[in-house]
Amino acid sequence: MAYSNKVIDHYSNPRNVGVLDKSDPNVGTGMVGAPECGDVMKLQIKVENDVIVDAKFKTFGCGSAIASSSLATEWIKGRTVDDAMKIRNTEIVQELSLPPVKIHCSVLAEDAIKSAIADYKRKHGQAATTQQQEQQTQQQARS
Amino acid sequence: MRKPIYLDNHATTRLDPRVLEAMLPYFTEKFGNAASRNHAFGWEAEEAVEQAREQVGRLIGAEAKEMLFTSGATESDNLALVGVAEFYKEKGNHIITAPTEHKAILDTCHMLEQKGFRVTYLDVDKFGSIDLNQLADAFTDKTILVSLMAANNEIGTLHPLGEVGRLTRERGVLFHTDATQGVGHMDLDVEAMNIDLASFTAHKIYGPKGVGALYVRRRKPRVRLTPLINGGGHERGMRSGTLNSPGIVGFGAAAELCRVEARSEREHLVALRDRLRKGIQGELDFVHLNGHPTERHPGNLNLSFAFVEGESLIMGISDIAVSSGSACTSASLEPSYVLRALGVGDDLAHSSIRFGIGRFNTLEEIDHTIKRVVEVVSRLREMSPLYEMAQEGVDIKTINWSAH
Repeated sequence: MAYSNKVIDHYSNPRNVGVLDKSDPNVGTGMVGAPECGDVMKLQIKVENDVIVDAKFKTFGCGSAIASSSLATEWIKGRTVDDAMKIRNTEIVQELSLPPVKIHCSVLAEDAIKSAIADYKRKHGQAATTQQQEQQTQQQARS
Repeated sequence: MRKPIYLDNHATTRLDPRVLEAMLPYFTEKFGNAASRNHAFGWEAEEAVEQAREQVGRLIGAEAKEMLFTSGATESDNLALVGVAEFYKEKGNHIITAPTEHKAILDTCHMLEQKGFRVTYLDVDKFGSIDLNQLADAFTDKTILVSLMAANNEIGTLHPLGEVGRLTRERGVLFHTDATQGVGHMDLDVEAMNIDLASFTAHKIYGPKGVGALYVRRRKPRVRLTPLINGGGHERGMRSGTLNSPGIVGFGAAAELCRVEARSEREHLVALRDRLRKGIQGELDFVHLNGHPTERHPGNLNLSFAFVEGESLIMGISDIAVSSGSACTSASLEPSYVLRALGVGDDLAHSSIRFGIGRFNTLEEIDHTIKRVVEVVSRLREMSPLYEMAQEGVDIKTINWSAH
């Protein structure tokens, strides 16, 4: 299978690989996927005044999974939390020209963003929004 | 050093230039049909085919007359299983095989099961080896065939063909072996091992693609087959169709080289394979060997690099051609069924790489491969959340992952 240049670029020079202090109240951590399925993404955000000022990731997965999470961190940096929630996996698919068999990588990246935001909100006593409940239902449907 | 480096010799091999040379005249001036009995063009082709039949047979200790030419090992496997099942169905309907066999065997068995045959799949242990006691107990009075491969195409594990042959012969049951990977790489003798049918192909032994062979024993016992392909009655009526004479000539030349050079070639492969393994395991921790530690194909090294997904590793070592048991490299999205049958966890199956070393690989290529694998695995582990957890002492098995 041939990879798109953007996938190769993110795979070869991943943006924002690393770790944020998960005990920091301003840091939200999301981990999605499963080793048995061949991909696990860990995505962390640091939020100040409702804006994501930093994002880091670590991914176990194929090149497309690494590229999807790398792109996700790039896109959410500088966005407000609500804005980051609006990122859809289809935009990732389009940007990276992912083939159909790799769509789940983009879904996982979207889930990782939402999971990190949910963790941040939990730390700040905010209940899960309807959108997150919706996403959980979707996730159950997929598994 | 030529790049990319080819380390996928279980998939196919490069045609040996000496084989190509032998083949060339049979595309041009010696183009006759081996079945044309009434002119020199036909005689010339027939003579070449018969010489190749002898060369191919000699590689496994068989007589020329016992060798059928086919389009490849998949056809040979299909013909052996379906041909025996059809011909001997009055005698019995039970076949014994193993879950780690090639799909050419397993899919054919599934098809036969739908037609009312019963198939026993023997258990394999963590190395992919069968238990001979379990095999002995699996025979029934309806058993007509045992099919077990010589060497596994993914993990390299060798089956004890001699012991299996003793059990089948004692019971008057036919024994087929898919010797596609094993032939030329291990001692294989149809007489000493009581093998009744054996499949293999030219392109795994530095011959051309599109030509295979099926050994069918002629005496003690005489094995009969119902043909899959009917027509002009070629190949003792068991496989009709004009013979691919250039391909068959190439197969013969490849078999002859394999036989003559077997010993030195095996030493070459084992030396490179062991150097690769030691080089990698000396630099990286959490690297597991899949398959049997000693009873294995000399050119096969199958390793799982924990915490790194196979396809991403292959992408990183893009100047080296290898294969992976990771789901992401196959259309099915399922990790290797062979590794699963061994009880290798899906996480490690996703992390597996098969290195297939061959005749044309060099020490320099192996050293380059070690260097690249170590670099890329280290880089990918630095960005692997699983590696991070392992470093922190978290056992990933204890985490309740959300399957997706």
